Amino acid sequence: MYVAVKGGERAIEAAHDWLAEERRGNPEVPELSIAQIREQMALAVNRVMAEGSLYDPDLAALAIKQARGDLIEAVFLIRAYRTTLPRFGGSVPVETDKMALIRRISATFKDAPGGQVLGPTFDYTHRLLDFKLMAEGAASQAQTRDAAPEPAPHILQLLDRDGLMEPQPRHDSTPPDLTRAPLELPATRPLRLQALTRGDEGFVLSMAYSTQRGYGRTHAFVGELRIGTVAVEMDIPELGFAVEIGEVELTECETVNQFTGSKTEPPQFTRGYGLVFGQSERKAISMSLVDRALRWKELGEEDTGAPAQDEEFVLYHCDNIQATGFLEHIKLPHYVDFQSELELIRRLRAEAQATAAHQEAAE
Amino acid sequence: MGLLARACPARLAALLPDPPASEWLRKPEVGSVMVRGRTGAVGAPFNLGEMSVTRCSLQLADGRVGHAYVQGRDKDHATRAALVDALMQGAEAAQIDAAVLAPLAAEEAARRTARAARAAATKVEFFTMVRGED
Repeated sequence: MYVAVKGGERAIEAAHDWLAEERRGNPEVPELSIAQIREQMALAVNRVMAEGSLYDPDLAALAIKQARGDLIEAVFLIRAYRTTLPRFGGSVPVETDKMALIRRISATFKDAPGGQVLGPTFDYTHRLLDFKLMAEGAASQAQTRDAAPEPAPHILQLLDRDGLMEPQPRHDSTPPDLTRAPLELPATRPLRLQALTRGDEGFVLSMAYSTQRGYGRTHAFVGELRIGTVAVEMDIPELGFAVEIGEVELTECETVNQFTGSKTEPPQFTRGYGLVFGQSERKAISMSLVDRALRWKELGEEDTGAPAQDEEFVLYHCDNIQATGFLEHIKLPHYVDFQSELELIRRLRAEAQATAAHQEAAE
Repeated sequence: MGLLARACPARLAALLPDPPASEWLRKPEVGSVMVRGRTGAVGAPFNLGEMSVTRCSLQLADGRVGHAYVQGRDKDHATRAALVDALMQGAEAAQIDAAVLAPLAAEEAARRTARAARAAATKVEFFTMVRGED
């Protein structure tokens, strides 16, 4: 229960002033610019864009600066800003097979058409601190190689062509939008994917990890992981046709999972899918594992009671802004609530003591 | 229009330093567009998240109309993109193409080629080890 409480205005103002001073840190150290955060903390910017559900690198960098590097607070700022924007419409679904790739790997096919491109990855680094970065050094130069552009079709589509992959029927319905209508269960797969792509990376990662450890096991292989930029097109009412309105960097993961078969269907592989704003491959892989685990009912699998199979558990707890809002509200004044608890416990104690005294007297 | 939408606002301003006078049909407005993906890359659409977009519409003194939808929140960017759109519908088309669109296209192509060349350098060349069993 909440009651209006007055007072504390001066304390709040002083707290905010101090916050601003602390945010700046030691004034003898140069201040961070938005461009520095955008360029040099790019993966933090990517995470804030993905979970804030708004692709705008400058705004995400500003949010990180304002939040003193607290990424969930930064996501909160982006979500709040997002609600102030009028929605012009929805894009044509992006065509990830036409992505300008910077990374593309497959754990299932060595010789995939288009090849395996490592890109700017942390993989194969030794995870040793690089003390050279502590000293201001010259920027290192990436190697280059001239290469004619080569088509890189989706690897799972190659399996699909051979009939070994669960078919993925294409249609063009307008997808449900959890930012416009409350999330209702059971959710369709498009709605689940929307919730997962903006879900907390840590939560989605742990859920995915739990499936690997046996809680709703789905035997996933990374069929393909790709990172790159795609064009975003939208139908412009003034023009009457679709034009490109910009481009976004995305990470896409497709998993190949254990085959299922039935009396009517021959054994085939099944799919999990992850698509996330920015370079966010841990999140994209996690998303595809959780997507696949949540498909148990549709694929006629057994409900093992695993958390990752529980749609309500996953979808209602993956949003870190909802979670932090409810969690942190308990630090706000609950004086009346607590007063009634206090009175109750005093009464119960008094009653217990009276009973004990009564029994002692009787004995 | 895609080229203008993706252009760096400062670069577009440098290429079109003296924009002609125009009247607003719709003043520059910042909003969002919901970006969609497809389930399993090819299936049913789903909502991935929004992106910031600025749009405007304007009319030149001679009646030509220009529209713009550009990525980001830069109203000047949207204005210049709409002006170029309007100018491209008349006698200046060739001139605007050479002065504005061609340099933007060349610079964008160079940026893409540079990234593709870095990616190509990280392409894996597999070789098979000879097994020493016999």
